[in-house]
Amino acid sequence: MMMPITAEMMFVVPELALLVLACLVLLCDVFSTSENKPLTYWLAQVSLVVVIVLVICFNPEERISVFHNHFILDPLSTVLKVTVCAASLVVFLFSYHYFKARGQLQGEYFVIGLFAVLGMLVMISAYSMLSVYLGLELMSLSLYALVAMNRESGTASEAAMKYFVLGALASGLLLYGISILYGISGTLVLPELAGYISSHTGSRIALTFGLVFVVVGIAFKLGAVPFHTWLPDVYEGSPTAVTLFLASAPKVAAFAMAVRLLVDGLQPLHVDWQGMLIILSVLSMAAGNIIAISQTNIKRMLAYSAIAHAGFLILGILPGLDAGAGATYAAALFYVISYVIMSLGAFGFIILSGSADHEADQLTDFKGFAEFNPWFAFIMLVFMFSLAGVPPFLGFWAKWFVIKEVIAIGHIWLAILAVIFSVVGAYYYLRIVKLMYFDQPDTMPAIVAGRQVRLMISFNGLAVLVLGFVPGELIRICTTVLMG
Amino acid sequence: MLEQSIFYIFAALLVVSAGLVISVRNPVHSALFLILSFFCSAAIWLILQAEFLAIALILVYVGAVMVLFLFVVMMLDINVSTLREGFSRFLPVGLLVALLMLVAMGLIVGTAHILPDTGSVAGQVESGIGNTRLLGRVLFTEYIYPFEVAGAILLVAIIAAISLTMRKPRARRTPKPGNQVNVKREARVRLVNMDSATGNTGEQQQDD
Repeated sequence: MMMPITAEMMFVVPELALLVLACLVLLCDVFSTSENKPLTYWLAQVSLVVVIVLVICFNPEERISVFHNHFILDPLSTVLKVTVCAASLVVFLFSYHYFKARGQLQGEYFVIGLFAVLGMLVMISAYSMLSVYLGLELMSLSLYALVAMNRESGTASEAAMKYFVLGALASGLLLYGISILYGISGTLVLPELAGYISSHTGSRIALTFGLVFVVVGIAFKLGAVPFHTWLPDVYEGSPTAVTLFLASAPKVAAFAMAVRLLVDGLQPLHVDWQGMLIILSVLSMAAGNIIAISQTNIKRMLAYSAIAHAGFLILGILPGLDAGAGATYAAALFYVISYVIMSLGAFGFIILSGSADHEADQLTDFKGFAEFNPWFAFIMLVFMFSLAGVPPFLGFWAKWFVIKEVIAIGHIWLAILAVIFSVVGAYYYLRIVKLMYFDQPDTMPAIVAGRQVRLMISFNGLAVLVLGFVPGELIRICTTVLMG
Repeated sequence: MLEQSIFYIFAALLVVSAGLVISVRNPVHSALFLILSFFCSAAIWLILQAEFLAIALILVYVGAVMVLFLFVVMMLDINVSTLREGFSRFLPVGLLVALLMLVAMGLIVGTAHILPDTGSVAGQVESGIGNTRLLGRVLFTEYIYPFEVAGAILLVAIIAAISLTMRKPRARRTPKPGNQVNVKREARVRLVNMDSATGNTGEQQQDD
């Protein structure tokens, strides 16, 4: 198993490339003099494309772990990394036009964004508790800075402060749990931890004690109730382009963290964490869907919707009691990828309909939208129907797949609860459709967003539509990467 | 026996000074007590034969971080009374939570589930390799990947700190020597045509 370190480097080429390219983008940004930094933006986009190509080129046939088991390369990591990079590509496109229109463009946004992506890649490929934690910190630190970057805005500073303080607390709790698990088992590597736990006979109370803190850390990063309080404030306070970032790629990384820690590392304790996840998931679906109804700010409403979706996602991670664990969280994988596509569209739509002097973040801003912009109103209708889980859109298949798996492992009542809360949630998604199509407009400023933003949002909407009609290929990818 | 009594002396001092950090009124004093608690933990690390960590703690934390911290505390006029607002109001809840946590942790830690097994470290120390060399060897072989990721985190911290605090050049009131040299006579000197008979200036005549 031992390889010389230069041979092991071969497996981290995408991460190394991203690190080098991010430093290159930083240097170009420092020396570029033009006002709108087009060079920084395009270089950042090219870096992401290069990383996607490299990740696909280095797609392994089977699980390979290198660097003394701190790093793992498996088909699952390939899928997640491509999702993260592609989502960030879309986010950068929206952000560039958003900040350019408002004259707030800073080249560092893309540099720090690239480092956040690097952190997510590290989390996705982490095979020891140490790499999970370091990847998480790299990602979170970059995201705190991105939220705070607009110094003139008071709400952004407040959001950044809340995010930072609560995020640091959650990281501390996670680290505490990790240190307890390390103290008991004497190993940081996840499979060795699993091996220790299954060979360990006797009381498991100390292991469960550590597990609780790990689950809290994961729940915080996913934004599950009761660790969700930061999420609405941060989503509302951040510039919409940053909210778009927070709502997409980091969800994939948080899912990867949950799978690595709970399934790879703490699988033998699944009897204990299963109950905790069920509580988190039911609470998230209930609180998220019910509180979202009373929101008047669309960013806040989508934040509560994100909490509800986190609950659904957690349902997908629940372990099967005797069946192979692989099939069960394929549903969660499909769910997180679908959610990222829909979330990018929904927040992208807010960017599309806003302008430099008017942030379209109130629900009333969308009154009679269809009268003036029938095409984009239709695209938003697709996103809302999809998020609500109306067939035949993508979101329906995601929910259907998760509920099918939950029934397959025997939690019928959980499936019933999930369906009930989805119906509750449909109310606030459909309210936006009602506002757009059936209400009289007060004042409707024309869409001023550029051609690229319009094309991107149309493409995103069509993707949700097409994937809704032919979800088979994506489902097949999600199930096969977990079989290997 | 001697080792144990030294440990208990420093451990007691550590707990007392850590308690004083959060309870004294003067922020400068609490920063100084924090330094004392760092010294005590460095001493405990020395007992564990982790001399590199002990020295690094004193050099980095006491020598650099705490000095900066003291600078900030002394330069900013922090109003202590507003910081202490709500202390007595939240005290019962805080104490209750702390007590519950203490009992829960005491039940688990006290039942010998967590073994104080440091055999592997002690064994390597006894084999004649120093602690510093041991750490370096591990960091650059077994932990090279996490070590490099930690480096990336520090890089992000630097970039983020600069981009969050640095003002744009145009916001600074600095003179531009190039413009000063290139200035034309017309920009600074205005010739005014005075009519000595009426006492009116040329400018006013033009206005009329």
